[in-house]
Amino acid sequence: MYAFTYQRPSTLADAVAAAQAEDAKLLGGGQTLLPTLKQRLAQPSALVDLSGVAEMKGINAVDGGLEVGAFTRHSEVAHSDLVKATIPALASLAEGIGDRQVRNMGTLGGSIANADPSADYPSAVVALKATVTTDRRTIAGDDFFTGMFETALEPGEIVKSVRFSTPDKAAYAKFRNPASRYAIVGVFVAKYGAEVRVAVTGAAGSVFRVPAFEAALEANFAAEALNGLSVSADDLNADLHASADYRAHLVTVMAKRAVEAAG
Amino acid sequence: MANPNGVGASVRRLEDPRFLTGRGNYTDDFKRPNMTHLVHVRSPYPHALVKGIDASAALAAPGVVAVLTGADMEADKVGSLPCGWQIHSKDGSPMKEPGHFPLARGRVRYVGDAVAVVIAETKDQARDAAELVVVDYEELPAVTASTRAVTAEAPQVHDEAPGNLCYDWHLGDKAAVDAAFAQAAHVATIDLVNNRLVPNAMEPRAALGEYDPSNGEYTLTTTSQNPHVIRLLMGAFVLGIPEHKLRVVAPDVGGGFGSKIFHYGEEAVVTWAAKKIGRPVKWTADRSESFLTDAHGRDHVSHAEMAMDQDGHFLALRVSTLANLGAYLSTFAPSIPTYLYATLLAGQYKTPAIYAEVKAVFTNTAPVDAYRGAGRPEACYLIERLVDIAAGVAGLDRAEIRRRNFVPASAMPYQTPVALQYDSGDFAKNLDIALPLVDYDGFAARKAASKAKGKLRGIGFSTYIEACGIAPSNVAGALGARAGLYECAEVRFHPTGSVTVFTGSHSHGQGHETTFAQLVAERFGVPIENVEIVHGDTSKIPFGMGTYGSRSLAVGGSALVKAMDKVERKAKKIAAHMLEAAETDIEVKDGRFTVAGTDKSLGIGDIALQAYVPHNFPLDELEPGLDEQAFYDPKNFTYPNGCHVCEVEIDPETGVTQVVAFSAVDDFGNVINPLIVEGQVHGGIVQGIGQALLENCVYDDESGQLLTGSFMDYCMPRADDVPSFTVRYHEDQPCTHNPLGVKGCGEAGTIGASAATMNAVVDALSAFGVTHLDMPATPEKVWRAIQNATPALAAE
Amino acid sequence: MPCTVTMTVNGKTVSREVEERTLLVTFLRDHLSLTGTHVGCDTSQCGACVVHVDGRSVKSCTTLAVQANGASVTTIEGLAAADGTLHPMQAAFREHHGLQCGFCTPGMVMSAVDLVRNNPTPTEHDIRDGLEGNICRCTGYHNIVKAVQAGAEAMNSPSAKAAAE
Repeated sequence: MYAFTYQRPSTLADAVAAAQAEDAKLLGGGQTLLPTLKQRLAQPSALVDLSGVAEMKGINAVDGGLEVGAFTRHSEVAHSDLVKATIPALASLAEGIGDRQVRNMGTLGGSIANADPSADYPSAVVALKATVTTDRRTIAGDDFFTGMFETALEPGEIVKSVRFSTPDKAAYAKFRNPASRYAIVGVFVAKYGAEVRVAVTGAAGSVFRVPAFEAALEANFAAEALNGLSVSADDLNADLHASADYRAHLVTVMAKRAVEAAG
Repeated sequence: MANPNGVGASVRRLEDPRFLTGRGNYTDDFKRPNMTHLVHVRSPYPHALVKGIDASAALAAPGVVAVLTGADMEADKVGSLPCGWQIHSKDGSPMKEPGHFPLARGRVRYVGDAVAVVIAETKDQARDAAELVVVDYEELPAVTASTRAVTAEAPQVHDEAPGNLCYDWHLGDKAAVDAAFAQAAHVATIDLVNNRLVPNAMEPRAALGEYDPSNGEYTLTTTSQNPHVIRLLMGAFVLGIPEHKLRVVAPDVGGGFGSKIFHYGEEAVVTWAAKKIGRPVKWTADRSESFLTDAHGRDHVSHAEMAMDQDGHFLALRVSTLANLGAYLSTFAPSIPTYLYATLLAGQYKTPAIYAEVKAVFTNTAPVDAYRGAGRPEACYLIERLVDIAAGVAGLDRAEIRRRNFVPASAMPYQTPVALQYDSGDFAKNLDIALPLVDYDGFAARKAASKAKGKLRGIGFSTYIEACGIAPSNVAGALGARAGLYECAEVRFHPTGSVTVFTGSHSHGQGHETTFAQLVAERFGVPIENVEIVHGDTSKIPFGMGTYGSRSLAVGGSALVKAMDKVERKAKKIAAHMLEAAETDIEVKDGRFTVAGTDKSLGIGDIALQAYVPHNFPLDELEPGLDEQAFYDPKNFTYPNGCHVCEVEIDPETGVTQVVAFSAVDDFGNVINPLIVEGQVHGGIVQGIGQALLENCVYDDESGQLLTGSFMDYCMPRADDVPSFTVRYHEDQPCTHNPLGVKGCGEAGTIGASAATMNAVVDALSAFGVTHLDMPATPEKVWRAIQNATPALAAE
Repeated sequence: MPCTVTMTVNGKTVSREVEERTLLVTFLRDHLSLTGTHVGCDTSQCGACVVHVDGRSVKSCTTLAVQANGASVTTIEGLAAADGTLHPMQAAFREHHGLQCGFCTPGMVMSAVDLVRNNPTPTEHDIRDGLEGNICRCTGYHNIVKAVQAGAEAMNSPSAKAAAE
């Protein structure tokens, strides 16, 4: 790690101010940032630790859904009775992120702001019709992720909370990289009345929806409705662990499994 | 009454309390006054000329004490890292042995090759400054794949090794094999890759060098499996330090699996640098650095053919193997694909004629050397895969073809056509125990049940044999070892009856502190807690060859027995003197020395006390003291063998393979501590399953970069990747030539498991016409094999 | 620019001036000489560095010391009772030969204790799943699983519960 300064503001306003410093980086749980720093792949001048900001914490029931503070650790989401009762698929997704120790540190805000293409949470943000509240505005979940490690956030803008809409049914099915345990393909399926959302993470540079799957599931919310359907491999990721066409195949398989799990 | 902590008891390990409370002493735990930290500057290129090194910015950085390069070592006449084994090619010429310097001299040959070191007050400062060392590289074309390295247009790794060839070696009777193939009714063939692996002991390598100017003594504390060998190689060949001025300590070592046998450049660098800067110097590898620079394992490409008669009896085996040795020869590298591999190609079978050719090549990759099993897993995998294919060709059940070709127990000792003589083993018995254990007859029903769930089920065997107790100096010497491979032990009784044992074996997880203590407790009836096993320090132990090749108990334990024999002989003399009896009248049992036919007796404790506080010893025939030393050099290798059976279930939609059951039936000869032996088997099995399903070390042959350089991409087996195992052993076939009758258990699991697992995977996929799949059987590879199946088969 | 970090480690309050970039594991090993916590990788995978921070298991190689400022940290050195009696999980690892080289052991034990505190009666599947963040190269996990099962039973015994209060 290169040297940096460290601050731990106690209000969102102070955090925003601190984040204005040149080359400052926000520190959530640090489970992605710290390994990056250890490998000297980034050289921030300052770290702004958000763990002291009370406004960014907590899980609350709100009209039509849940409001989850950005500085809510994955384990808190996974073990929250409120989440389990309201959107069990979200708790289950959180329980599958990384490992127990990563979940004990990593945060929702850190995950979505980083927008790792193989992170789990982006699929939930998109499938669960989330809105992301920042220090200055709200951003629709559909508009939040703009590319690989890219989001709609402006420099220095801090995610305060994420509001997820409660679906009728939902489930997340992940095919994980056997080495890193990140998602090679993760598919979040959520049903809202007649509307179905299918959001895929891991497969491409950024989370994406699959309109053809959604249409088929809107007609018949059953795994077999996806028979014969697939996504194009053209723009999918390819690496040592999975080629693009294998990923394309897995998108269908995981989508079916998510539908089955959603019941 | 049998000693509750003696031979055969599952004594709970004596070393555990310190490990369980965080009080182990690993190399990186050591701190010395005034200690500095060393970080390497390593080549980012697989092959390049080093045209210049500018250290000025690094030297000016905060906390930097020194920046040292290959030129500095050359000026100090530091030598090349020696290779401990010499192979001769078919034409009689010696292998090519290019220089292998701790810090590169003018040219780097793999990503990670060390170019310079930065020494600073803190590790962070050393890391910061290492980035400031400017190295002027001129990139050269590189090659990482052995198959390309042998082509005419391949880049040359070493000028002195044309065609990148280290040696072109063979073993066996080619004419006899050719003649047998001409007569064959069936021939089974296979082309396979034995995938390259990274050993990944959980403790990364580390080394701490110290120099004491008051007496000229150097101390190296290092993560080694054999400190005496490091002292010999580094002292005599690299740094020119005589043994009496060089102490090498291998304290608690966090796993080795072969990768910590070898003398690495970093050990020489910290030792040399400690004198140069006049302060202790510590280096500890990051895991990423370990991936780049630890010696890797395996990496064979082979073609093999088995000739059979009409009834599936093996007539002859022909094997051709290309072995990747990496950029430089690691300490034991040349022996692995030759004498530890081709000599095991008979397997458990009475194949009368065998011929093996091995070409070993240099590539722009990390050196390749012994990794758990070292040559024997490669041999076992090749034979056991080929035998499965042979079963298909001959139309025989896979258990039956094995049984039909086993060397019968009645044929022991059995001379194979590839140099080894098996001393004992009942291979049919292993299979007889295994088949009901795994309910082989019930497999069809289990397969049907899996199919009903949409899963494919397969079962696979591996009936393996290995050569362990790597030692016999005369055999090893004949095979090219540049040193004999015996072991040493010293047994020191103290005046009050406690015992210190000094052993040249080294424990880095194997539990010697317990097993060896059991031997002493059993022999002399002393409480096990009064026995201390000392290992890993050249200043305490007379000599040692260390721990590898499942040799500790068979060779080191036997040396301990020999030393105990000497102690007993002397104790008998003392007892005779004390009891005023003739020595021939003293009977010894469980540590009591009794005058035959009387109730006059002494315990070993009484004798030990007298040995140190004598008043009236007949000094011309009896010296004071009770402290004896022995060296043991066995007559033969030992031959652990067994039958491993793996059962897998494959999800055809995703290609994911799950090991649902794994059973091992092993013959390790006599077993001293069943708990420890079973633990060794468990760990070995998972490394074998890891190779079969998960682990793969991949270099990009275009860029020469290591693509699997961390646990993010190199798939280590985790708890949820494997099931619990069924492990059985029998003790009906003790080793015939060592005093303990033991064979060795450290590598068996790894040797047997990869073949059993892959045989199960291929069996599961056989409905799709799959006859072979290279390891690792990753989900995508399995899925693709199913996709590529002939439509007719797939539809079934 | 050094900063002062204060935390309670194994029941004792400690305070050191460190660089901001100092990892918790470095703080424990180098500054406090608590070398039982190990470093086995640099990508947060292996778990040899697991300690408890305010009762939750975390990877101390992926936590800055300053992040634990004011927290209560327990390392493997602080797990046994003051009189040296092994924690039931430590004892179970010994009884069931759940360790070989010992390097992953501190992290493995700390993870296992956290696992059982959250799930007092784990199945084999729960244990294997719950130890996902800890890599062992020696044991093949077989005996670790047995040890954690036994350790869980022992931790649930009335006497152990009383001792943990």
